[in-house]
Formats: sequence, C-alpha cells, structure tokens
Amino acid sequence: MAGSRFRIGEDPDYVPIGRRLLLLNWTLVLLIAALSGIGFAMLYSAANGSLQPWAERQMMRFAVGAALMIIIAVTDIRVWLKLAYFSYFVALILLVAVEIKGDIGMGAQRWINLGFFQLQPSELMKISLVLALARYFHGLTTEDVGRIPLLIPPILMVLAPSALVLRQPDLGTTLLLIAGGGVIFWLAGVRIWKFALVLGTALAAIPIGWQFLREYQKNRVLTFLNPENDPLGAGYHITQSKIALGSGGLFGKGFMLGSQSHLNFLPEKQTDFIFTMLGEEFGLVGGMALLGLYALVITYGYVIALRCQNQFGRLVAIGVTSTFFLYVFINIAMVMGLIPVVGVPLPLVSYGGTVMMTILVSFGLLMSVSIHRDIRISRQGNDDGRN
Amino acid sequence: MWHRDSDRFRLFTRRALMLGAGKGVLLTGLAARMYYLQVLESDRYQTLADENRISHRLLPPPRGLVTDRFGAPLAVNRQNYHIMIVREQTPDVRRTLEILDQIIELGPDTIERVERDAARRRSFVPVTVRDNLTWDEVARVGVNAPDLPGLIIDAGRSRDYPEGPHLAHTLGYVAAVSEKELTGDPLLELPGFTIGKSGVEKVYDLALRGTAGTSQVEVNALGRVIRELEREEGDSGNTVVMTLDLELQRYTNQRLSDQESAAAVVMDIHNGEVLALSSHPAYDPNAFTNGISHKLWNSLVNNPYAPLSNKAVNGTYAPGSTFKMCVALAGLEAGIISPNQKFFCNGHLDLGNARFHCWKRGGHGWMNMHDSIKHSCDVYYYEISQKIGIDRIAAMANKLGLGEDTGIDLPNERSGLIPTKDWKEIQLGKRWQGGETLIASIGQGYVLATPLQLCTMTARLASGKAVRPHLTRDNVTPEGVTSRQAEEFPELQVSRANLARIRDAMNGVTNELRGTGHGARIAIKGMEMAGKSGTSQVRRITMRERQTTGVLDNNDLPWKYRDHALFVAFAPVDNPRYACSVVVEHGGGGSSVAGPIVRDLLLKAQELQSARQGISAADQPNSANLRRNPAHTDQDEG
Repeated sequence: MAGSRFRIGEDPDYVPIGRRLLLLNWTLVLLIAALSGIGFAMLYSAANGSLQPWAERQMMRFAVGAALMIIIAVTDIRVWLKLAYFSYFVALILLVAVEIKGDIGMGAQRWINLGFFQLQPSELMKISLVLALARYFHGLTTEDVGRIPLLIPPILMVLAPSALVLRQPDLGTTLLLIAGGGVIFWLAGVRIWKFALVLGTALAAIPIGWQFLREYQKNRVLTFLNPENDPLGAGYHITQSKIALGSGGLFGKGFMLGSQSHLNFLPEKQTDFIFTMLGEEFGLVGGMALLGLYALVITYGYVIALRCQNQFGRLVAIGVTSTFFLYVFINIAMVMGLIPVVGVPLPLVSYGGTVMMTILVSFGLLMSVSIHRDIRISRQGNDDGRN
Repeated sequence: MWHRDSDRFRLFTRRALMLGAGKGVLLTGLAARMYYLQVLESDRYQTLADENRISHRLLPPPRGLVTDRFGAPLAVNRQNYHIMIVREQTPDVRRTLEILDQIIELGPDTIERVERDAARRRSFVPVTVRDNLTWDEVARVGVNAPDLPGLIIDAGRSRDYPEGPHLAHTLGYVAAVSEKELTGDPLLELPGFTIGKSGVEKVYDLALRGTAGTSQVEVNALGRVIRELEREEGDSGNTVVMTLDLELQRYTNQRLSDQESAAAVVMDIHNGEVLALSSHPAYDPNAFTNGISHKLWNSLVNNPYAPLSNKAVNGTYAPGSTFKMCVALAGLEAGIISPNQKFFCNGHLDLGNARFHCWKRGGHGWMNMHDSIKHSCDVYYYEISQKIGIDRIAAMANKLGLGEDTGIDLPNERSGLIPTKDWKEIQLGKRWQGGETLIASIGQGYVLATPLQLCTMTARLASGKAVRPHLTRDNVTPEGVTSRQAEEFPELQVSRANLARIRDAMNGVTNELRGTGHGARIAIKGMEMAGKSGTSQVRRITMRERQTTGVLDNNDLPWKYRDHALFVAFAPVDNPRYACSVVVEHGGGGSSVAGPIVRDLLLKAQELQSARQGISAADQPNSANLRRNPAHTDQDEG
C-alpha cells in the first residue's frame, strides 16, 4: 500500500502493446462492425440509394470512432480508474457551462462547439458517470455499501447531472443517466428494499414532477397513453411507425423498397426511427437478426464482466453494457409503441456522430476491461493489492 | 481481504446474472412485440400502408355526344387548352407570369390571383393560369417555353355546341356543379367537372355523363404523386341521337328571327318525333361552359324577350281561335250540334247584361261548323259553347293534349290550363259563370296552352291518335340507350267522321277562298296544308274604347299589349305527315304573322323529305313565287 504510482517495467501486470492487441476481443469488434454495417446499409436506403448525405459521413465517423475505441481498449484499465473522477468533474462543469450558455442563448442548448468537434457534455457524462460510480463503489466493502451515509455521495453524483440534463431539456438522456447509475448501485450490492423505497418515492413524486415537464414532453406521454387521440399530431409518428413495421411482415418489402420510409410517411427514418425502416424492409427476420446481434454484444459484455478480476472493471463492464442495452431497448420499444417517444437513437445504427462516439468509447472501455481483466486493483485504486 | 473480495464478487455475479436475466426478459418482450406487429397484425398494417401510399384518382369520362337525326353533331367535346404553373419548377413565379403576360394577355388581376394561389398550395401542385387558350396562343407559349420555366400546357375537354344559339333551348347547356347538386357521386366533386343545367343536357345528364375511370397513383406523405400504379379508363357517356332535323331547325330559327319573340314546333304526327323546336330569341350555350360572365348573365335575365326561356314548352298563351277545333269537336262528339246546323252571327251575342263581340263587326251571317272554322266566327262558338258546357269542352281539350304535360323530354315543361267548373271552385273558390264558357270557347280567359301542346293537338287531329312528342330517337335512360320500339299511340276515341269534318274545315281555312288563312296557303299540289289561325288578346278591350276610338290597331299599341299571333297546321292535307305550331308573342294577327311562318316550315319539312327521298325539289313548281302570290287581303279574326 505504499507508492501511489506504478512504472512501466516495474509493473508485474504490464502487458506489452502487441500482446494487448492480440488480447483484444476481435469477435466483439466484428459484432460492432456488423451492427455499424447494417447502419450504413439502412442510411444508404434512407437516402434512396445514395451514400449522401448520411451513409458516407457515418462511415467516416465510425472509422474515427473505431480507432479511438482501440486506443482506449489497449490503454491500461488503471489509467481509466485514475481519470474517473476527473472526467466526471469535467463533464459536470461542461454541463453547467451549456446550462449557462443555454440561458444566454434562450433555447435548448446541448452542444459545445470545440471548433473541430461538436461536444455534447451529456454524452460525455454517460460514460463518466459509469466510471465515477464504478470508481466509488470499487472503494467500498460490502459492509460499506450497507451504510446509508456512504450512499449519499454516489446518489448526488447521479442526481446532479440528471437535473442539469433534464433542464436542457433532454428526458431521454436523463432516464439513461438515472437507469445507468441505478445499475451500478444494484451491482455494488445495494439492498433491494432501498431500491424499492427510492422507486416508491419516485412514483409518489410523479405528480409533482409532472408539473416540471415541458409541454411537448407532457404531450409525448399523453400521446403514448392514447395515440389514437391525436392521429395527425403527436401520435402520427407512432402510428406510422407501427404501420411501417407491421406492413413489413415476415420477410419485409425488400431493401430500399419500404413504402412508408421512402414516401416519407415515417418521420426521422435516418435517426430515431431507423429500426422501423429496417423492420419494414427486412421484416421480422431482419428485426430479429438485429436484435440477436445486440443480444450477442450484451452477452459479451457480461462474459467480460464476469471474467474480470477487479471490481472497477466489472462495474464498468456491466455499466457500459447496460447503457448500451438501455439505448437499444428504449429505442426499439419506442418505435414499436411500447413506451413514449423519448428521442433515444438506436446505437451504432442511427445516424449521429456523438452517439456513435459515446458507444464506441464505452466499448473501448469494455475491451480495456477485458484485456486487463487479470489485473487486481486495491480498494484505494492505485495498487495491485497483492501486498 | 481476499474472502471479502470473493464475497463481493459472488454478490456481483449474482446481481449481474439477475440483471442479465431481466434484460433477457425485456429483449424477449421486444421480440414478442415484433412478432405481434409483423406477423399477427401484419395484414391490417399492410392495408394501412397501402391506404397511405395509394391514392385513387378519378378520371372524368368524356361526355356523350348529341347529334341530330342524321348524325350531325349538335353537342361535342372540344380540346381545351389551359396553362398551369408549378411553383417549384420556376425560380420566380411573378417573373415567369410577367414574361407570359407579354406573350398572351393575362392582366394584373390574373397574375395576382395565380401568385396567391401558388403560394398557398404545395409547391408541386399546378395552379391554373388561364383556360381556353386558342391554338395560336398555345403555339406562341410553346415557342417561348425556354423562357417560361414551370409552365405546363394541359389539354382538357370542354363542351362545345357547334350550332351555337340554334339549339340553345333544346340542348341546354352544361356548367360547373353547384353545392346543392352534389349527390355524393365523387365525379361531381372533381374540379372543372360540368353537368347539364337545362334542356337535353339536363334531362339526359346521367346517360351523357358516362362512368369515371380511376387511376391509382402512389403518393408520398405530402401527397406528391410518385408514379401511376394502375389506370382504368372510364366509359364515355352515351351518344344521344335527337329526332331533330338540323336543317329544318336552322330554317325555323331563321324564319323566327324577324320577330321579337316567338316559338315554333314541327313534329311528325305519326310517331311524335319533334323535327324542330325553336324559341326566339336564343342565347349561345357555349357561353356557359366555362362560366358565364356576370354582365352577359344579367343582360340575358333582364332581356324583355326572355332569351333564357324555352317558350315552346315553358311559354303559355291563350290559344285564341286555334282552340275552336276543340269546341266544335266536343259539340259534334256529344251530338249537341250537327255539322250543318247553322247559327246566325250579327257581330255580337248578349248574355245577361254582357255583350260578347265577334271579331268581325258586322257579323258573319248564317254559319255552320265548317264555315265557323273557316271564317273563325266567334258568335257561332258563343252559341254552341252554351249548349256544350265548359266541362265537355275541357274533356275534349284534354283528349287533344291540352291542359296536361305532353311528356316531352325537356325540363320544366308547363301544362297550360284548361278550366273546368270544379277547377274554378277549388282554385278560385268561385262558381263558374256562364259568360266564362263563352270566353273559353274562343280560347281566351283562363285557357292557356304551350306552343308544343298546340302542335300536339294539331298532330292528334291529323292522326286521330293520342300522339305524344319526344326528342330522342332512342330510349335514353341513365343505364344506357336502347332503340325505341315503333310506338303505337292509342286511338283518340273520337269518331273518325267527326275528325274528318274538323280536318276539312281546317282545309277550308287555308285552301278555300275567303278562309282566314288563305293567304298563307301552300299552293303546291300534294303539299297543301290545313290550319287554323289564332289571335289572342292580352288586354281587355273596354266598351269605352269600342265606342270612342274603336278597337285600337295593334300597331298603335305598345309591344307588350299587342295580340299574340298563333297558327297551327298540318300537311299534306291528303295524307298528313307533319304538324306545326307557331306563336309570335305580341305579333299581331295570327294568319298574317304566324301563318306564313307555319306555311314555310311545313313546306320546308316536305321539301327536305322529298329531297332526301331522291325526288328533287327542283322538279316542283317554284314554290317561292307561289308563296308570294297574294290571294286576297288577310283577314284577322278577333
């Protein structure tokens, strides 16, 4: 428990960079590439058989993102452990910054323009929150987790960014942050009755929270509850999406032949409703195949987590996998009319650079966990813990 | 520490597996939902998707043609070019319209309207700039097409009446569908669709309309047509062949054109086919097809000679002396008078303290039935009508087709009026007066008839059958056209001998010296006509007028107080074929004004008949010269 440092060469867990690349989960990389490939094909179809304006840009983003993913993957997991709190605070400060800028700009401002890149602090926060919570719970014993005072800091760590994101307002991201945080709490061993208590309190708070929702958010919920109420207004999207999916049938209408998508009855077909387009053109078979790929990726995340020897890595692995799962579930459930339209994209498939980056970065972390699974890290986080 | 860690790991593993199981359940839920939507409910959504993308559009069928009895076109469909602009295909709507304005005149109002319409509609929806371009204008726009982006020249169909005003009243016209004419037939809701508004166009509208075709087009969410999926052409409307003879019709119009306001009908006495039906003045039905101007409409409505009204079927007139055949025949049939029974005419008849005048001041002397018609003696009819009674007269009038619809296939036919005692009691709440029978016996008072009814009456007298007039060669129903079975009209239930006596008396009118219609006779052997004149009063001649100035001459009266001139006749006398009636509103004397017209029409009808049978009219003596022959001065009865 001495030095707060480890040096390359002295570190018994040091793995040479070439070996790390060999250890990389190439199957997972392949799955990710396959999902992205489906995305390119759908974007090509959405543009009526053209790489412009979406497919080509998406490919470039994927190329950059994949490179970043590999760099992150081969970076020692302990580096990410050390950077956990730091990145969390950076993300929080940026969220506050957009909040202030947003107030000045008199509108919903979610972006920071870094010149070469549009940074969305809420996306950064999705990863940073997982890292920071994993770092926190990594340092707690099972008994510690049972102490309520020790649960207050992580709860604040979840609520602070959630509140800021909700103010933007971005209900989808808020839900993802809270759910993603909840997953870490759960894995850390927080008692079930505590979850029940929080959930009960939250349910009780719904009528109060309702008043804080924006009009369009209220409409989305109301429309979800009764879409036929407003078939040409807010319910139009859900209805058209269901028609597109249902008319796809078992085998679909064929690539680039989806009438709902190509005649523009389907809204936002290149982003939030891209699953619908896939379902229309490739039918139940295509939809199930995609769902199967997602299930494989998620399962992979679990395998990595369970094989990992350090708590931080395990928490991070399930944390990012769960965030990924939430994206998938919320998006697909939304387009099938199971939950309200919340504006969550389908990861790796929907058009959008920021989400692509977030997902690939989080897969980078997942693979880093996998490569460095045998490294044991002390509760304090900077030792190998073998002394 | 290690066991603690393994504790923590075991807890983690348990929780992670629970979480994973939860995710598995949720993903299974998604799969189940997918199965529900894409397999169980697939058919329903397939239908909904098709409803979304497939739009059914109606293709208006071409309207059926109308021809005369020999196939000459009377109502046709003309190519109609209109120019339209598509906003998204032109960089600047206003600029394009201004350039167009220099090529074909649009005017600032049109430019403004089009610009407003174009801005309001979706950018790909064409907006009509101008209708009814001439071929010359189409060519000019076509040549300048490169300077006119976004302009489309489109060919449609519009109704055209090549004869213009010649058949306006019979054919009627078509115009845009009004709100209250919508029946739920989606065809009627098509922009620019027209339906028959009067005349044959109205009566046979359903048969002429045809059935709409459909075009299935794929549209996108904005309604833009992507492509046509299926097209089913409609069936054009049925061709309706009229009984009219265009040549005779033209001649009739021409013959009436000297008069202010008149109507004429020529029909075949055997089968009821109307060969010519004319009401003067007329209007040009082409003016209605694309919407009539306010100014023109007002001038038509306010014209005192009522050009919009078809006087041959909608105009009712006191038949005057043309009614006398009814009275005489009623008397003969009832056995109340005998053909040779004579009555003395001293110029008037007194009933109670009222005096009824004959048109001839000095009187006609002793008159039998034949002479009473030939000279049109009024007193004779005053005498016999008292014996016959109004109800018997009315019954005979009805038998001859007066006082009831003829059933002609034209809209708004009027049935005229033949009074009876009951009628007066019910309608006016007053008892019938004896004097009224006298007035009615000379076709005045309550008695009213249309020119078509008078022609029908003449045809019935000539044929002895209950002939009904009609205008189409075939039976035309909304379902289609079937050839008309040779119609056997029932016998009139009048003694043939009595009918022959009446016809002989009518022959006397025109073909015997001193007959009132002698001046209007046809002096060609085998073509002679038998007729009866009528001059009906529209004003009351007061005792004071008779005593002071004498009965004023028509020429001294304002137009609307002048007498109506009527004449009915059939020809040829020996073997009747055609009947004709002419009414000249406020035209003056029946035999001097209406008679010559009837003569010319019946002659023309026979000449055309001969010509068509290959017998050249040139073989006949020059009828024009004979016609001009002034036998003696016309005498007009009162």
